[in-house]
Amino acid sequence: MYALKLILRNALRHKLRTALTMLGIVIAVLAFGLLQTVVDAWYAGANAASDKRLITRNAISLVFPLPISYRDRLRQIDGIKSVSFANWFGGVYINERNFFPQFAVDPQTYFALYPEYKIAPEQLKAFLRDRRGCVVGRKLANLYGWKLGDVIPLRGTIYTGNWEFVVRAIYDGRDTSTDTAIFFFQWDYLNEAINRMYPRRANSVGVFVLQIDEADRAAEIARKVDATFKNSLAETLTETEKAFQLGFVSMTEAIVLAIRIVSFLVIFIIMAVMANTMAMSTRERLSEYATLKAIGFRPGFLLLLIFGESLIIALIAGTVGCLLTFPVARTFVAHTGTLFHVFNVSSQTILMQLGAAFVIGTVAAVVPSLRAARQGIAEGLRAIG
Amino acid sequence: MPVPFSYSLRNLAVRKLTTALTVGGMALVVFVFSTVLMLEAGLRSTLVGTGSYDNALVTRRGSGAEVQSAVDRVQAGIIETQPEVMLDAQSQRLVSKEVVVLISLRKRGSDRPANVVIRGIGPQGMALRPQVQLVDGRMFRPGSSEIIAGRSIGERFAGAGLGETLRFGMRDWTVVGHFDAGRSGFDSEIWGDTNQLMQAFRRTMYSSVLLRLSDARAFDAFKRRVEGDPRLTVEAKRESVFYAEQSEALARFIRILGLTLSIIFSTGAVIGAMITMYAAVANRTAEIGTLRAIGFRSGSILWAFLLEALLIGAIGGALGLALASLMQFVSFSTMNFQTFAELAFSFKLTPAIAVQAMLFAVVMGLLGGLLPALRAARLKVVDALRAA
Repeated sequence: MYALKLILRNALRHKLRTALTMLGIVIAVLAFGLLQTVVDAWYAGANAASDKRLITRNAISLVFPLPISYRDRLRQIDGIKSVSFANWFGGVYINERNFFPQFAVDPQTYFALYPEYKIAPEQLKAFLRDRRGCVVGRKLANLYGWKLGDVIPLRGTIYTGNWEFVVRAIYDGRDTSTDTAIFFFQWDYLNEAINRMYPRRANSVGVFVLQIDEADRAAEIARKVDATFKNSLAETLTETEKAFQLGFVSMTEAIVLAIRIVSFLVIFIIMAVMANTMAMSTRERLSEYATLKAIGFRPGFLLLLIFGESLIIALIAGTVGCLLTFPVARTFVAHTGTLFHVFNVSSQTILMQLGAAFVIGTVAAVVPSLRAARQGIAEGLRAIG
Repeated sequence: MPVPFSYSLRNLAVRKLTTALTVGGMALVVFVFSTVLMLEAGLRSTLVGTGSYDNALVTRRGSGAEVQSAVDRVQAGIIETQPEVMLDAQSQRLVSKEVVVLISLRKRGSDRPANVVIRGIGPQGMALRPQVQLVDGRMFRPGSSEIIAGRSIGERFAGAGLGETLRFGMRDWTVVGHFDAGRSGFDSEIWGDTNQLMQAFRRTMYSSVLLRLSDARAFDAFKRRVEGDPRLTVEAKRESVFYAEQSEALARFIRILGLTLSIIFSTGAVIGAMITMYAAVANRTAEIGTLRAIGFRSGSILWAFLLEALLIGAIGGALGLALASLMQFVSFSTMNFQTFAELAFSFKLTPAIAVQAMLFAVVMGLLGGLLPALRAARLKVVDALRAA
């Protein structure tokens, strides 16, 4: 017990130094947590994917469409329960900074395939009745202050011209990991306009979404789908929704990797600061340690003192950093708009933050405590700090 | 009279571990700071180097990227016959009507997919881009299923090596050559015959028209006429401007992310320097008292301690910069958000970045050392001497 008291007294001996060290650790743990959450947000789409959905796209690349006539042939394939489709619209709301994904979807089937988008039945009915209607996510609605009945203008980049949509429904996410920053509208509305403007590009879709019976048969069904359209004008590539989403992530992999590396660098930087603090404290106390040894304490006791002090400082600061992560993450996401669709601090992140604080405290104490333990008594008593 | 410089220098040498740790922290921060700036500089030089100033690129109005653009044959013909277009030695118009699409290729080793730009170029396509040189193999023969690939594509993607084949559009395409585009964006592309690629992809429209102006100053007149022509729904940009705009979002993203990180990290390093310097002052109180007693002024003391902090900053900065300069050998590839295509670029160290990084390091040292140095300067002689 008196060891703990001694440790606490030691930690508070240089209040300014301890406070500065703690501040550094708080900042580092906070930054580490935020960066980990940013990486998680990158993978949010893949993690929210259902293993009972397959995505079929043009084998050349996503830029190329598939003919709508494939829908009927897909329906005949054994194991596929239902088929829906979507088309990337790529419109701009006011200016390029307000980026959010927009999809032209089949209103009858799409939302049945995505039960995680919760829409009130009467709103869904209103959307089905209005060809210009659109469904927007709660996050988008809150961000731009959209209400039911509002008219939303988009400027098309792929399908040029000015488009207007009426908000008929607002969807909520079933889970916290559901993306509620997507904009859906009726594929028929888009197709009619394309038919007028560029008849050759009409009656095509970007991707088909397939609902399958059993997740275990995903690979087999995907092969069957691709075999059906082999050697046709538009060959297909079918993969699970998760693989499809991971494909996007892997294209920006280098950035994710850089963020990961940097998030560990910040821990290294603060480790150097903490180790410095401990090295200075022990150097100043070398004569005290010699005294303790002279009156009979073993080197193990000195190790306990130094490790204890280092860990107490690191863990207190680490806990504060963890607690601060939640409000800071909320403020951060409020300021970045639609950049991150899902931004949740996971329990794993918190554990990693605490783990990092623990490692900082431990590593920082290694060299100073060894030095103190090895120091000869006579030499130590002579030390002047 | 100032305190000798060697006093500050030797003080750093006495506490080796402390100095090393503080300098190490600073070096890491400077490393992050300069790599971010280098990455942004590399991206800019890649995309700015992609276009030439006296070329004009014509795309459909409002489409932003070439992949989204479409220019039909009639419009392309009108653009081709504008009087500003330069003629070559054989009196051929220097115009390339191109088709640009994305194809999904798998990376060697990891088998991960990435989008790669495949560009169909006209007969003058190479002449319009003098920075592009064939380095391996030969040029593709017009009218055949042959393609040439940028050097970095050949290294990174399966099927893009010399003599290998890629399958798309119901045909096998043989890679017959590799080109080097002087580290520009074209290094991340695959080129083939425009007519063959249009057939394979069932396209009836070109994506863009690239042309050389006979006089670079004639661009404004060209732009006005082309954009004002009621038969055309296009916009014209200088090629260099067009490619620079393509990287804006990615460059901004890298910049904001990197600077935010640098600022957060630098607070950590400043705190580290502050702790070190406060300890240095506390340990040397008696010494400071002695210095004052033998006649050094408080201003000299302030300067001596500040100098010590600045030295820590400068050493850390130099070390961080040295580490960062090694990054020039690393190449970085990611998807450009604006074009959805893979783009490879490298870290580029410019003199401006080196100066900025050193300034950043010295300012960190200054911020960390200022308060402790003030404390040292304000010590009263009698109290300081008694502290021993």
